[in-house]
Amino acid sequence: MNRLEARNITFSYDNKVNVIENIQLSVGEGEIVCLLGVSGGGKTTLFNVISGLKHPQQGEILLNGEDITGIPGRISYMLQKDLLLPYRTIEANAALPLIIRGVKKKEAIPKVNPYFAEFGLEGTQKKYPSELSGGMRQRAALLRTYMASNSVALLDEPFSALDTLTKSDMHRWFLNVMEKIDLSILFITHDIDEAILISDRIYLLCGKPGTIADEIVIREPKPRRSDFNLTDEFLQYKREIISKLC
Amino acid sequence: MAELVPSFMLPSPVQVVQALISDFPLLLSHAGVTLLETFIGLIIGIVVGFGLAVLMDRYSILRHAFYPLVVLTQTIPTVAIAPLLVLWFGYEMLPKIILIVLVVFFPIAVNMLDGFRSVDKDTISLLRSMGAGDRQIFRYVKFPAALGEFFASLKISVSYAVVSAVISEWLGGFNGLGVYMTRVKKAYSFDKMFAVIFLISALSLILMWLVKLLQKKCMPWDNRKGK
Repeated sequence: MNRLEARNITFSYDNKVNVIENIQLSVGEGEIVCLLGVSGGGKTTLFNVISGLKHPQQGEILLNGEDITGIPGRISYMLQKDLLLPYRTIEANAALPLIIRGVKKKEAIPKVNPYFAEFGLEGTQKKYPSELSGGMRQRAALLRTYMASNSVALLDEPFSALDTLTKSDMHRWFLNVMEKIDLSILFITHDIDEAILISDRIYLLCGKPGTIADEIVIREPKPRRSDFNLTDEFLQYKREIISKLC
Repeated sequence: MAELVPSFMLPSPVQVVQALISDFPLLLSHAGVTLLETFIGLIIGIVVGFGLAVLMDRYSILRHAFYPLVVLTQTIPTVAIAPLLVLWFGYEMLPKIILIVLVVFFPIAVNMLDGFRSVDKDTISLLRSMGAGDRQIFRYVKFPAALGEFFASLKISVSYAVVSAVISEWLGGFNGLGVYMTRVKKAYSFDKMFAVIFLISALSLILMWLVKLLQKKCMPWDNRKGK
């Protein structure tokens, strides 16, 4: 069954020009699905709608079959900037979604702590965000995202601000963490390599207003070969995407 | 050698220290009154400033309505309004406290409002996506974000507050360092004048240092930045 389903989503800021039109997509259990498209193509707008921050003019969002259109707080959201609060320790940052839901801080922190090892964040609990590197901060941000929802997470270009080496490190780390936890991911990127490397399925978002132009399934088993990005299959996927991406 | 300036007009540091020591108990009792006024004024000023900042952040109508007025209150010279306050509210503590509040609330309100509004829009969206309401966003993001500005303005405010208390005491009162100052001035005791000036500076410095200490305690994340 699909964890997340978006049906016929149409959205415009001024009720005249649609930013996205008739978006139809789904994310299954434990699936990593990528939304690939050019900048300014309405990807982030679509995320705002799915996360419930904006109400679409048309269509509905279903989470495990339940209509959550326009209701924030059910699907978690992570952005390119880590947005960790500088005045909270890493564990207090990670526990923030629980605290906002009404869990007391003293009870929330022990709930978060077991995940630090799995996320490769051991030893950073009492540190402040300013004491961590960019890569580590994104890890902490993903942990916070996971604490916000252990069902579906939206990631908006989470690794695009990192340098190439850190980025490929983060990809490996990300896939590794995803093996351990049960989280469905919808992922925005404009980096074709990144999309092929980490996702199970790719939606191509094209045109103005943005519509889903095509869907590509990556049939490479997981965990993926370390040299997957150097293989012919990888290049074939890349060619296919480039030809279909407008 | 003939004196350029008679020593009673420009006393030597030794004479100043002597005056400070000989009048110390009296100075302390006056300083106690001045400090009490300063503290009460500061606390009320902080509460008013903070309240205004919260309201102006929350309701844009209030911000548009009050912000120009708040700025306008600062164009009125303290020295000009202090005698009026004395005439209206008498020689007791009230006019001093009102003056301090008038001086203190402005930097607090304006700086805290800036602090609240400096919060990244994406951070607010992120918290909203977690299901946070306005109050939670204030508590977890806006308030801690404005703490740095708050302490910066508090450091300015404490020294303003001490000076305002003294000015206000000059113009009428029974106790306080300002009252002491006008008395020794009338007696042409320059050494005591200098002694009290030093005492006022020292008090301001101690207060600023206390604010710094409080800031370190309240903002532990700030201390680790450089490391």
